[in-house]
Amino acid sequence: MREPAGLEFSGVGRAFTVAGRHRQVLAGIDLTVAPGEVIALLGPSGCGKSTLLRLAAGLDSPTAGAVSVDGRPVRGIEPRCAVVFQEPRLLPWRTLFRNVAYGLPRGVTGAPARQEVEHWLSVVGLDAFAQHRPRQLSGGMAQRAALARALARRPGVLLLDEPFAALDALTRLRMQDLLAEVQREAGTTVLLVTHDADEALHLADRIVLLGPSEDPAAGSSIRLVLPVPGARPRDRGDSTLAELRASLLSELGVNIHGRIQA
Amino acid sequence: MSLTEERTAVAPKRTAARRAVGVVLPLLLLGVWQLLAGSGIYSPAQLPPPGEVASAFGELAGRGELWHHIAISTQRVLIGFALGAVLGLALGGLVGLSRTANAALSPTVQAIRAVPSLAWVPLLLLWLGVGETPKIVLVAIGAFFPVYATVSAALTHVDSHLTEVGRAYGRSGLRLVATVLFPAATPAILSGLRLGLAQGWLFLVAAELIASSMGLGFLLIDSQNTGRTDVMLLAIVLLAALGKLTDTLLGFAETRLLTARR
Repeated sequence: MREPAGLEFSGVGRAFTVAGRHRQVLAGIDLTVAPGEVIALLGPSGCGKSTLLRLAAGLDSPTAGAVSVDGRPVRGIEPRCAVVFQEPRLLPWRTLFRNVAYGLPRGVTGAPARQEVEHWLSVVGLDAFAQHRPRQLSGGMAQRAALARALARRPGVLLLDEPFAALDALTRLRMQDLLAEVQREAGTTVLLVTHDADEALHLADRIVLLGPSEDPAAGSSIRLVLPVPGARPRDRGDSTLAELRASLLSELGVNIHGRIQA
Repeated sequence: MSLTEERTAVAPKRTAARRAVGVVLPLLLLGVWQLLAGSGIYSPAQLPPPGEVASAFGELAGRGELWHHIAISTQRVLIGFALGAVLGLALGGLVGLSRTANAALSPTVQAIRAVPSLAWVPLLLLWLGVGETPKIVLVAIGAFFPVYATVSAALTHVDSHLTEVGRAYGRSGLRLVATVLFPAATPAILSGLRLGLAQGWLFLVAAELIASSMGLGFLLIDSQNTGRTDVMLLAIVLLAALGKLTDTLLGFAETRLLTARR
């Protein structure tokens, strides 16, 4: 396993020009993630959470500021990061085994490669399905395979873009537990994009709340950084977490009594 | 799993029955042909009965002439198809993968595609003489366009989610083509090859009708000149049968290739 890496955003901004119109999505993002830390990026949809994650992966580049992994700036696709998308995005013509092998770092071949793939398949509980095709799997299984593919890359930073959002409630809870377990075993740094306050509270060391500024044209920035008390794994029924949840939801504009705030 | 097993167990009987249904229409057509020929509406010179066509087959086959025509036509189609398909794959690949190449080449290729097959014949005769070359080149032109069009379209429309996975996992350039773009486009490429082969036969007849002393197209035009309607019908039936046969063979290869990855 590669050592967990630190991740740093300094003064990061991202603007898009769509049909001649300038649109600022992110502005002035400063965030330092320690090696081995689990950060949940929480925010309403469309606030630029996924954009921030894509900047860390090198799938996109910032229009202001810089992103660095372990002090070295991210330029192009970042080999120390691995991404799990909202959809499993497995290659349908490959078996699960070969899909997971797709994540291996360049140069890992032969017996070590096979062992690595088998290891991660068994970690996510899919060793019996190595020769299956993606279409033969349920959504949860496919997403587990996508997680194994990311882990096979031995990433310093694991980037998760709402990976459980499309799963049913029960599968989602199981996947959260699996992720917590894998993170404990691998010790990897995790940046988890989510819109689920409970998921953030269950998994993260710190919750970073992203949201629009006073001036909507200025783009989203960090509204709040909230350290989550208590060591992981956490009890989902913990009462201090319930209070945090209420305040998080009210920050997100949801009144816990069911009314939407103006 | 058990569900699919049951399904495959029942399948052979049903597919056999379905294939048998395909024979009904040709037999019906044969019957109608026989009735029409015997009804006196058409003279035997206009529409000889099927029996006469069969005896023409026996006559030409007995003299060994027929095999010669079939062999030379098949050879022209196969060589021409191979050339056209290779060029179509190469140029379609280039246009499908590079936006610059697409912008530069595709308007011209589209315009050339609009030229009817027969329009090429005089030019090819002028440039390449009356030997085998102009015929093979015309078949190659015919086979080229469907392959070119399907390959370029298939590569342009590969699911961008999958391409992004390839990029996120460090694949770019040729490695991205080999691991994501090409496999994703394979089904479309295979059906493009079948279309190319079918069009190769169409263009073959165009070539042989005008300038040849051998082949099924020659047999067609020669039978017109000698008033042998039975031979004319025989040539048409043979063209249909050969076209179907080569398409079936390619379709068989296609199924083998695609089920290997299912």
